[in-house]
Amino acid sequence: MDLILPDFGLLVWTGLVFCLLMFLLAKFAWKPILNAVNTREQKISEALELAEKTKIEMQALKAENDQILKEARAERDQILKEAKEAANGMVEDAKGKAKDEAAKIVESARLTINSEKAAAMAELKNHVASLSLEIAEKVVRQELTSDDKQKALATQLAGEIKMN
Amino acid sequence: MQQAGKFSSLLQIIVFALSFFVFQPFAKASEEENFNVGEMIMHHIKDAHEWHIAGPEHGGTSIYLPVILHDNGFKVFSSKYFYHGKEVEVAGKDSLSFHYMEGVGPAKGYALFHEEIYKLNNNGELHFVGEHPHNASPTDLSITKNVASLLFGSFLILIIMLTVAGFYRKNGAVAPKGMAKFLEPIIVMVRDDIAKANIDKHKYHKYVPYLLTIFFFIWINNMLGLIPIIPGGANLTGNITITLFLAFCTLLVTVFSGNKNYWGHIFWMPGIPVPMKIFMIPIELIGILTKPFALMIRLFANITAGHIIVLALISIIFINKNIAWAGLSVPMALFISVLEILVAFLQGFLFAMLSALFIGAAVEEAHH
Repeated sequence: MDLILPDFGLLVWTGLVFCLLMFLLAKFAWKPILNAVNTREQKISEALELAEKTKIEMQALKAENDQILKEARAERDQILKEAKEAANGMVEDAKGKAKDEAAKIVESARLTINSEKAAAMAELKNHVASLSLEIAEKVVRQELTSDDKQKALATQLAGEIKMN
Repeated sequence: MQQAGKFSSLLQIIVFALSFFVFQPFAKASEEENFNVGEMIMHHIKDAHEWHIAGPEHGGTSIYLPVILHDNGFKVFSSKYFYHGKEVEVAGKDSLSFHYMEGVGPAKGYALFHEEIYKLNNNGELHFVGEHPHNASPTDLSITKNVASLLFGSFLILIIMLTVAGFYRKNGAVAPKGMAKFLEPIIVMVRDDIAKANIDKHKYHKYVPYLLTIFFFIWINNMLGLIPIIPGGANLTGNITITLFLAFCTLLVTVFSGNKNYWGHIFWMPGIPVPMKIFMIPIELIGILTKPFALMIRLFANITAGHIIVLALISIIFINKNIAWAGLSVPMALFISVLEILVAFLQGFLFAMLSALFIGAAVEEAHH
């Protein structure tokens, strides 16, 4: 029967020892242990969160970099295209100008040639005329020894000149 | 193959050697007085004023623990003045006879009967009425076997936990090593799976130290109880006084944590007709007590049963007075002992778990 009856002395000791144990453990063991465990758990979860956040940031950064690169590439292509077009335009311009210039030069050369030719013709005519006059004078002087001869000659000459 | 052969030949030798004893009378001592298993087991699972180590019950090797009596002032003396005192036999009714130890020296005037201390009457003897002495008892605050075991167990828990706490104090919140590495998962288990799982998540922090203390108190003392020699072997957590105290602590925590919602459900159960509300009050009030009562009985019965089974299995050898029975009783006792290691943990876990459940019900907020 006394197996299932509580014993007063043991109850007193149990109460005393258990309460003391509870107090000492709560103050000197559970508090620092639980604090350390909580702190570590918080640290770990913070670190994980940070890693996740950094990952997302890295992805955003990478996407941004890609975008910038893409834009830069497009811009470069655009610039190259424009430059090529400009160069082509310039070449075309220069070609056109040169053609015009050449045409102008050729034209002016022709005009010059024509005018020179006309001038030369005029001079030649003058020269021929004066030469003809001189020849005619000489011939006339020679032929004009008699009146008849003079007359005949003059007529002949006149006819010849007109023929020319 | 070769090893199996070796093993079976070894087994043959053992069986042969054991069978030799079958035909031999066992120890002389047990021939003299009949071995009473029930008495031996009850003696082992109950408290005592000595810590028996080896040898016969009287005159063996024991540590005599201090007796502290409060009887017109404190009296402190060694229990050997009882165990080495005068053995008295008193004849009772129906041819019953009682043996008790009359104290000598400082223990004069007292007698020890079934580990209870009584004052001798004017005739200098114990007067038996029925099976119990009718004499007055002094207040017995002795350091009994259980008190000694309690002190040792508590000291051990304190040392272990302060070592763990010391690790964190020295190293900060780093990954645990050594003892801390072993105990941290268990501490976290009590916090998360016992406290957090059963108590409101905003209120559980307050109860974690209590739950940790009862869990480790029960577990470590259960384990000490499984060690057959000093400083283990005392049936501390299988003692009704200890389980009564622990269950009472849970009762107090539950009652003083109870909020309006909890008491509302006890004194004015919502959602049922008024006559039923009145009818439910005594039932709910009894319910407050039955919960910790179940805690008390469960721990007491489980641990005491474990001790009884191991002792009973070992006793098979002595009942049959033949060592050959060790071939049966030792493996069985070993099996039960290993099982008891599981039970030791399980009972600590259950006690803390159910305590958390009761506290959780007491602090639960109305959810409708």
